Amino acid sequence: MYTTDLSGKDKKQPAPQTVEDPALLAAFEARVANDEFIEPKDWMPEAYRRTLVRQISQHAHSEIVGMLPEGNWITRAPSLRRKAILLAKVQDEGGHGLYLYSAAETLGTSREQMIEALHSGKAKYSTIFNYPTLTWADIGAIGWLVDGAAIMNQVPLQRTSYGPYARAMVRVCKEESFHQRQGYELTMALCAGSKEQKRMAQDALNRWWWPSLMMFGPPDDKSPNTEQSIRWRIKRETNDELRQKFVDVTVPQAEAIGLTVPDAALRWNEARGHYDFGEIDWEEFYAVVRGEGQVAKERMQARVKAWEDGAWVRDAAAAHAAKRAAAKIAAE
Amino acid sequence: MKDWPLWEVFIRTKGGLSHRHAGSVHAADAKMALEHARDTYTRRMEGVSLWVLPSAQIVSSDPADAGPLFEPAEDKIYRHPTFYSIPDHVKHI
Repeated sequence: MYTTDLSGKDKKQPAPQTVEDPALLAAFEARVANDEFIEPKDWMPEAYRRTLVRQISQHAHSEIVGMLPEGNWITRAPSLRRKAILLAKVQDEGGHGLYLYSAAETLGTSREQMIEALHSGKAKYSTIFNYPTLTWADIGAIGWLVDGAAIMNQVPLQRTSYGPYARAMVRVCKEESFHQRQGYELTMALCAGSKEQKRMAQDALNRWWWPSLMMFGPPDDKSPNTEQSIRWRIKRETNDELRQKFVDVTVPQAEAIGLTVPDAALRWNEARGHYDFGEIDWEEFYAVVRGEGQVAKERMQARVKAWEDGAWVRDAAAAHAAKRAAAKIAAE
Repeated sequence: MKDWPLWEVFIRTKGGLSHRHAGSVHAADAKMALEHARDTYTRRMEGVSLWVLPSAQIVSSDPADAGPLFEPAEDKIYRHPTFYSIPDHVKHI
């Protein structure tokens, strides 16, 4: 899974300006321009640190919230095979969230702060998870399209300039490929099934196609932080470049199993060597970013409930650890 | 809520190789750290052995000292075998 690029949306809170030492800044810029990795204890500009904390924590939150739309289908998976696969996938998403939280923590934020920001609604996560999963076919569409878009986004991030983020991405990318393939295979099975099953698969594609394209974030001319992020090698490709790549590889995948991409304007452009595609409904995107997604409230309620219901376990573990530590000291 | 302490995780991928840093986990104690490391970092047969140790126990060098620490080795090229020229007809050296 991946997070939607939400940069440039915080117009209400202009970032505090920090005056950096010009010599340190120049040395940093030179290292980054030279494709060197920046590590936790290295000097970095405050704006770089802030951008990374925001991006990595949003990414982590997206992995964690991303467990919810699929998790609610585990008990309803149509076979033991599908259930085992879905369980493994959802567990992976949890793991990806943990790798990313750890990477963000190396920048000086804490797990507690990040979780608090998510639960209080201060932190954003990918807009895609605020759409409901209505049928089993949605589980196929999520793996194929949502994880497909995530891979497109994450592959270049393996070379992002911040070492711990890049290393987390290497691990995530290794695991993500299975997510996409199982989703496509699931969709393929529906397409080879009854008329009703094929209709379900088409319906899922219809509903998930546009939100998947939105996952790449606002168009380049509306994404003011992109230039800075590219210069600092935090991002390696722009939102529109990645979106185009995704469309180019996904359309033939849909055709291969007899599905139709729900875009009347979609056609191959021989001169560009790319597909042209229709206008994205950015009003819908910004509405979901503002928290008006169909199941935004439900997602956060489920997340907070899980956290609160687990409080006694965390308390018990902490009490047990304290008791053991005290006993050890007494014995010494 | 206060975060559980942070632990660094090291994995031996197979016998004969050394443990290598994989990432970190939060855990209340060492036993739980091992369990979390197993669940988080070895879901695909990545290892045969795990080490976890409290992150706070790691002592590391300061990047600002990288020059004084590591640069002195740069001009000691006589520490490398290629520094020495030996005639071609002399073998096994």
